[in-house]
Formats: sequence, structure tokens, C-alpha cells
Amino acid sequence: MAKRELQEINAGSMADIAFLLLIFFLVTTTMDSDTGLMRKLPPIPDPTVEQEEDQQINQRNILEVLVSRDDFIMVENEIVPLRELRTITRYFIENPNEDADLPEMIDKNIPFFGMIRVHKNAVISLQNDLSTTYGVYLAVQNELLAARDELKNELALNTWGIAYDDLNEEQMAAVDDYYKVPISEAEPKKIGGN
Amino acid sequence: MGKFERSTGKGGVAKINTASLPDIVFMLLFFFMTTTVMREVELKIGVVVPEATQGKKLEKKSLASFVYIGKPLPNLRATFGSEPKIQLNDSFKEVNDIQDFIAQERESLDEADKSKMLVSLKIDRNTKMGVVIDVKQALRRANALKIMYANRNVDEISDVR
Repeated sequence: MAKRELQEINAGSMADIAFLLLIFFLVTTTMDSDTGLMRKLPPIPDPTVEQEEDQQINQRNILEVLVSRDDFIMVENEIVPLRELRTITRYFIENPNEDADLPEMIDKNIPFFGMIRVHKNAVISLQNDLSTTYGVYLAVQNELLAARDELKNELALNTWGIAYDDLNEEQMAAVDDYYKVPISEAEPKKIGGN
Repeated sequence: MGKFERSTGKGGVAKINTASLPDIVFMLLFFFMTTTVMREVELKIGVVVPEATQGKKLEKKSLASFVYIGKPLPNLRATFGSEPKIQLNDSFKEVNDIQDFIAQERESLDEADKSKMLVSLKIDRNTKMGVVIDVKQALRRANALKIMYANRNVDEISDVR
């Protein structure tokens, strides 16, 4: 004792203090990172402005997807299982054989790609009933988004060899223009009585 | 055995050196501080968000407002029933309150961030779409058009029915 020159600070309670803080943070915080499907809602239509666009979209340019009140998924009035929805959507967007009942194709000049054949104004319309289960609705929306994202990603990989998410802004805009398919969440309707 | 005897022989039990214990615990503490976020609200409803594969990560949590929809927790069912309810911040609200809530949230953001505002919908997967549609319409009226359907990212969606 006599040899010691400096009095040590007692650090024994340091561990207790740190433990206390640790437990406080464990209790008050959450670990899960937030993920979600990013969507944009359409603005409330202005009643004073005439709506012309809707009428211009030809029936063949719309892919009608409906989730019934019993959670059946129907594409163009035919029941399809969820796992086929992606393939159907992809085929609709691409329309590789220029089928007459699939979207109209036109030649369009897009930066990076030059003159290419793309569809004119295809739209995916998603409808649901009031009694549709949210889980099924979201799964359907996920498949529709997945089909579009897959096509964009493949295009990016084939053209530049990099994933869509890593493209620069101009490239991304060009790819978006290439596969420009709005997915519209239609105004709710009551389908199939109650 | 020999070691043990020697130390007891000198008087007193051999002590474990705990000098590094605070360091270890602090390390743990900093790990949790950096990887977690503060819990914003006390949930009064049970929300199990649906599975999806295309979910994008919410980059800036400060720009997001949260709308929760689901059934009240079992201990609250006696008072609030078991029908799906909307929770904003810490209390149950009606669809009509959403517009005020959005206005309030928007007011709390910086001027530059107001256009980037995003509404995250945390909706239980067994909710019927009726209430979801009402909320969506209310958000449209409130001009909060950027939304996010919160989900849990998985590699493949299991049965949805």
C-alpha cells in the first residue's frame, strides 16, 4: 500500500452502468429494418378538367387484374394461380409476337437503345373487392411489380452488364421509358354482390 | 489442482480479472445503439405485415409517417372490439382523422423535405381491403401520394390464402 503512488479510480461499477445502458437500449429500440413496396397514388381527379386520357386507352392495352372477394385472382376474367401471374404480366409487357390482343407496338426512339419497338401505352389495372384480403392483394401487387422489375433488370444487364439498381440516372430513365407500364390501382368497385 | 492449491495457500480466493468487462459491455452497447432504432409508438394492434419479394428499404425514416391497421391486441378487445382499427401515433383513430394527421406530420418536416414525405402503411395481412381502400382515399384527399406498403422481404412468397 505504501508503495503505491497513484490512487486508482474504482472501476468496478462501470460494468453495472454499462449494463444498465445496454438493457435500456435493448428495451426501447427495434431491430427490424423497414421494407415495403413503393407506390404512388393517383391524385384526386379534378372535376373541372375533362378526362380524355382514359378513353384513349384501348381495351387491348389494358391488362385487367382482379382480386375477387374470395381472393381468387383473375386476369382478363380468367382465374389464374398466383405463381403464373408473373409470367402472364411479363408476356403482356413484352408482347414479343405482337399479338393482336396484346398492347399495340410502335417504334420509339429512346436514348442508349435507338429505334426500338415498344408498346404504345400499356396499363396494368389492378382491381379488388371490399372483402379481398390485404395479404393476397399485396402478393398480387408484388407479382406485377416483380414482372416489371425483372424485365428492367434483364434489360440493364444485357445492355450494360450491371443491375438496374446500380444504373446512373440517365440510364435508369431510359430503361424506365423502355418498359413504361403504369400499374394503376383502380377506384374501388363492388364485385360479385354480397 | 496444484495451481488452485497454491493460490488458496497464499490467502484469499483467486479473483477473476473483471477490468475488461466494462469494455465488453460498452462494445455490445454501441453495437445495439448503431444497429437499432428507437421504437416510435406503442402498438395497440397486432400487425403481421404480408410477405413480398420486391420490397425496397426505407432510406430515410424521418420522412416517413406510419399508419397502422389491424385488430386490437387481445387485452384491448373487450373495450375496442375485434374489428380492424386504424392506429396513428399512440391512439386509435378513424379514417376522418387521417387528413389532420397527415397535415400535422407534414408540418413537422423541413420545408425542403415536405415534397419527399412518405406514408408507410403497416397493415395486417388478414385485414379486408374495405378499410384499406378508405385509408387510401383519405390519403389521396390529404395529397399524401407517396406511399409504401410495408412488407417482410422473403425470397419466395409462401401460400397467400
